[in-house]
Amino acid sequence: MKDLLCLGIESTAHTFGAGIVSEDGKIYSDSRDVYIPVIGRGIHPTEAAQHHNIVAPRVILDAFRKADLKPGMIDIIAYSCGPGLGPCLRVGATIARALSTYLCKPLVPVNHAIAHIEIASLNTGAKDPLTVLVSGGHTAIVAYAAGRWRIYGETEDITLGNLLDMFAREVGLPLPGGPEVERLAEMGKIFIDLPYTVKGNDVAYSGLLSAALRKYRDGVDLTDLCFSLQEVAFAMIAEATERSLAHTEKKELLLSGGVAANKRLQGMLESIAREHNVKFYCVDKSLSGDSGVQIAWNGILAYRCGLRIDVEKSLVKSRWRLDQVDIPWRS
Amino acid sequence: MKLLSKGAEADLYIAEWYGRKVVIKRRISKVYRNPCLDLRLRASRTVREAENMHEAKKASVPTPIIYLVDKESTTLIMEYIDGLRVKEALGMLDNSQKEKLCEQIGMKVGMLHSTSLIHGDLTTSNMIVCGDKVFFIDFGLSFHSHSDEDKGVDLHLLKRALDSTHYKESRDCLKYILQGYREVSGESYTSKILKKMKEIEYRGRYFSGRT
Repeated sequence: MKDLLCLGIESTAHTFGAGIVSEDGKIYSDSRDVYIPVIGRGIHPTEAAQHHNIVAPRVILDAFRKADLKPGMIDIIAYSCGPGLGPCLRVGATIARALSTYLCKPLVPVNHAIAHIEIASLNTGAKDPLTVLVSGGHTAIVAYAAGRWRIYGETEDITLGNLLDMFAREVGLPLPGGPEVERLAEMGKIFIDLPYTVKGNDVAYSGLLSAALRKYRDGVDLTDLCFSLQEVAFAMIAEATERSLAHTEKKELLLSGGVAANKRLQGMLESIAREHNVKFYCVDKSLSGDSGVQIAWNGILAYRCGLRIDVEKSLVKSRWRLDQVDIPWRS
Repeated sequence: MKLLSKGAEADLYIAEWYGRKVVIKRRISKVYRNPCLDLRLRASRTVREAENMHEAKKASVPTPIIYLVDKESTTLIMEYIDGLRVKEALGMLDNSQKEKLCEQIGMKVGMLHSTSLIHGDLTTSNMIVCGDKVFFIDFGLSFHSHSDEDKGVDLHLLKRALDSTHYKESRDCLKYILQGYREVSGESYTSKILKKMKEIEYRGRYFSGRT
């Protein structure tokens, strides 16, 4: 029997991605195209969806070409079912339905957040980690127990990715904001006092965003501000992580999601892991951001447990919390 | 001096201190944190914890006695409570004992709130069962507030701690806790806070109940 091959389609937000992964976890291809709004503006859902519509055929064909596979050789079609922006999700879902129908291959819905965690686990070899998922859509500290990923801490307002993006947007930096803020932060020297909000294992970033923007308008040096913003924002999630680690007593710590690419954040969490004698894992930069690969891998995990969906029922769920997803492949 | 546990923000030691069995709680410097931020957080939390732990007693909420506050070394010396964390205790109780314990927890939280004290980190790791009393510890994130929002967040955090750690029994536990809270705070006030709690939950990412 040959290994199952899965095509994963990702379109929750700014990235349209297609990736092919085999049952043994080998990544055959990873093709993406990212919608980038003009400087000073955020993601416009309709514009992003239009972008996805335009690039989709090319991205998918590219995924097959890179993998050196023909569409008929695929066994499973997985699509990002949510959570995310409705118009964007529907582009990926529509294409997945069409491919599934045309190729007569089973269709598997995937939760985008869980897919981030699972690809990070595959990539790093983490078995049962406390996972910090930080991206534009998520800021959550989760661990698996009895059939579900349980949320131990999360943001009570905007996400860490939101914070960096919205700050970058307001001060005229290009999106995604994370890498830009990180670049400028490396040049910052003076620490500026900014509000630090940790509530139990939860964080809240909107107050920090407002305060940082106020400082910017007051003429504070942008590099110092980026430096301080990172220091405070990351220390908050680091503390919440440390609290969750002490509470759950897990032996592994896994950093995943788009913001995982940030070196300063990695350093902070690694330091916590060392302090608590816990093994630290961080997803590779190539797999931290949104991709079809994560959807494909999760598609395989789900399919092997018998999960699939009829095309007629394959609606998208723009609100689909990761703690609402049954995880049969981990039990 | 014996290491009792390595908490998230402090090391806890058991020691003898002038003939008393005490816990020494030392907020240690975090190397990952910017030094200015680190000192600010450690110093303010050490003082706040001592103040509000004492304050809680005025609301008839059992807390360890504080013997010493050292702001310089961000250290507290406090009474050792010989008991079991609620996190462990819950699993050993039958239903009626569970109901009694949770109801008591709810009453104590209600009492804290009635004196406008917000604990800030209500988890089952931060409550110790000792005899027929429940002691509350870890007041480092506590603060004073009259706002329904802050009280709602306090209960929301407790609910989430139950959902994540005690998922099998969280629904029952929460019901009993709110029963206790209601007894102390009254029906109309409690439903106002519960409404706020729902609102806070819906503010979270991707809640499907949100409109």
